[in-house]
Amino acid sequence: MNQYSNTRATLAIAVASFRSIIRSPSAVVFSLAFPLIFIVVFANIGGSGVTVDVGVAKTCDTVGPVYQVLKNIKVIHLITKESSKEMASNLSKGNIDAIINIQKNNAQPPYTLHVQYTDASQQKGGVLKSVLNSVFYQLNSQGNTTVQPVANIQETTVKGREYKYIDFILPGMLGFSLLSSGVFGTAFVFLSLRLTLVIKRFFATPVKRYSIVLGEAIARLVFSWIGALFIILVGHYFFGFTLVHGITTVANMLVLSAIGLIIFMGFGFIISGIAKNESTVPPLSNIITMPQFLLSGTFFATTAFPQWLQSLSNILPLTYLNKAMREVAFEGAGLGDVTHELLILGIWFIIIYAVAVKTFKWE
Amino acid sequence: MVKQPIITVKNLVKNYGDFAAVKGISFEVYEGEIFGLLGPNGAGKTTTLEVIETLRDKTSGEVTVDGLSIDNDADKIKQRIGVQLQAAGYYPNLNLSELITLFCGLYGIDKTPTEMLEKVALTDKAKAKYKDLSGGQKQRFSIATTLINNPKIIFLDEPTTGLDPQARRNLWDLIREIRDSGTTVVITTHYMDEAEELCDRVAFVDGGHIVGINTPNHFIDELVASGFERKKEVKLANLEDVFINLTGKEWRES
Repeated sequence: MNQYSNTRATLAIAVASFRSIIRSPSAVVFSLAFPLIFIVVFANIGGSGVTVDVGVAKTCDTVGPVYQVLKNIKVIHLITKESSKEMASNLSKGNIDAIINIQKNNAQPPYTLHVQYTDASQQKGGVLKSVLNSVFYQLNSQGNTTVQPVANIQETTVKGREYKYIDFILPGMLGFSLLSSGVFGTAFVFLSLRLTLVIKRFFATPVKRYSIVLGEAIARLVFSWIGALFIILVGHYFFGFTLVHGITTVANMLVLSAIGLIIFMGFGFIISGIAKNESTVPPLSNIITMPQFLLSGTFFATTAFPQWLQSLSNILPLTYLNKAMREVAFEGAGLGDVTHELLILGIWFIIIYAVAVKTFKWE
Repeated sequence: MVKQPIITVKNLVKNYGDFAAVKGISFEVYEGEIFGLLGPNGAGKTTTLEVIETLRDKTSGEVTVDGLSIDNDADKIKQRIGVQLQAAGYYPNLNLSELITLFCGLYGIDKTPTEMLEKVALTDKAKAKYKDLSGGQKQRFSIATTLINNPKIIFLDEPTTGLDPQARRNLWDLIREIRDSGTTVVITTHYMDEAEELCDRVAFVDGGHIVGINTPNHFIDELVASGFERKKEVKLANLEDVFINLTGKEWRES
């Protein structure tokens, strides 16, 4: 008799499970359709509105007439709270559209307005430019109609990449897709395999327990990778999702996807152990997925939350997966640059699987 | 020819907490026979089978299967037996061919789905889902999955429950074929006519004990010799014979 192969048994389960997943409508809807719909909807809503975010440099004169005039223009949203470093970084991403610095001169004209535009937000920069031109025309022709202007403009433009809403929403959607596939999918599959005695029948063959878990995990991972690739490619080619280092960035995102999926599958194992029947799976899964869906910065940055809510956000694993994904995708970070996020995900991994080992039921 | 025991059960006890499901059962199953475990619900039949199949731990006693102890050689035993569970389902969303492929992988055996489905006359259902099969087809398919690893023994737990008379007869033929090809069959059933027709030997289990073990004919003769008589006059045919006579032996697929 040939030596029994655990690898072969594991792969047989992986193939069976993969076939089953791609034929299950809910898996396809949750992992592909929902994220894509959200991306299409939010990519089109996001980023609208006609305010121009303008950073005010630390050395800017804020008492003179030029600043007072600018302050009263509705279209211009002046940002004074950020540090110079933050401002510069945001400018290069297009999170703010320009930085102004008004200098009082001892000579004529009395004020010089330095404006830094950015490549990353050329459209808004153009808006600002025309607003400033009309303001300065009025300002300089005001009062004394002399030839002496009150202020002049000096313009520069920084190089940068535009941080589009898609760059924010897509990693969030990817996280959401992994979360729902990991939690719902795993919980449903293992509960139903247990209840319909499929696992018991497996145990009547020489297959090892780890082969069953591993086979299922491989199938789900491959399916999630295909889903992630699909979402990334659609995002990149149709919505201009930024991939700083191209293929390398995609590969890093797939590694992060795998890490996220494994952690979320842990929740699924726990639920499959706790749930009595299939109708208790959705409420239990929602308890896990909904808070993370809303509080982990999937749709909007958690910085918009009040402090107490932010501290809650800062516990959830999806928050860190989302952060790491965005760092990798937009900032071009490698996995070595997101060790903080990976460390926290690692702690989650240990906690979740410690619980899963206790609660998981084979029969 | 001396009958060779292939399964030996000695003083098997199985407790679930305070409840004793099996209270010291001993019997032997001989190589190449169809052996029936008979008894009312809750008598301990399924528990006994599951202990022999290495699916459940025993509380005490000794069980050897094909010379291997269930304590030490569970994995080897699993490679030599085929198991059909009562009411077991199959992996969702897969068709019969894919399920056979899956089980080939689980057993580490190279067989084609067609080869296995041929044995149970289900080749035309190769692309069908398990849940869309009729009761008889489901049981035939379950038996096909038990035969993948060329087992020396197969265990069938109430394979004919819920089947119509034609499907039942059809399954009997299949089970006899399996026995005739050299595989030992251990079966449980609630139908005594089935046990009488099919089994070479039967054991009656009640309340966790074996209350009798012998050939069906021996039990019947013994009872008759003790002076037992059916209340109703025995006729040369029964209502099932009428059913088969009126509706034909042809097995209905759907």
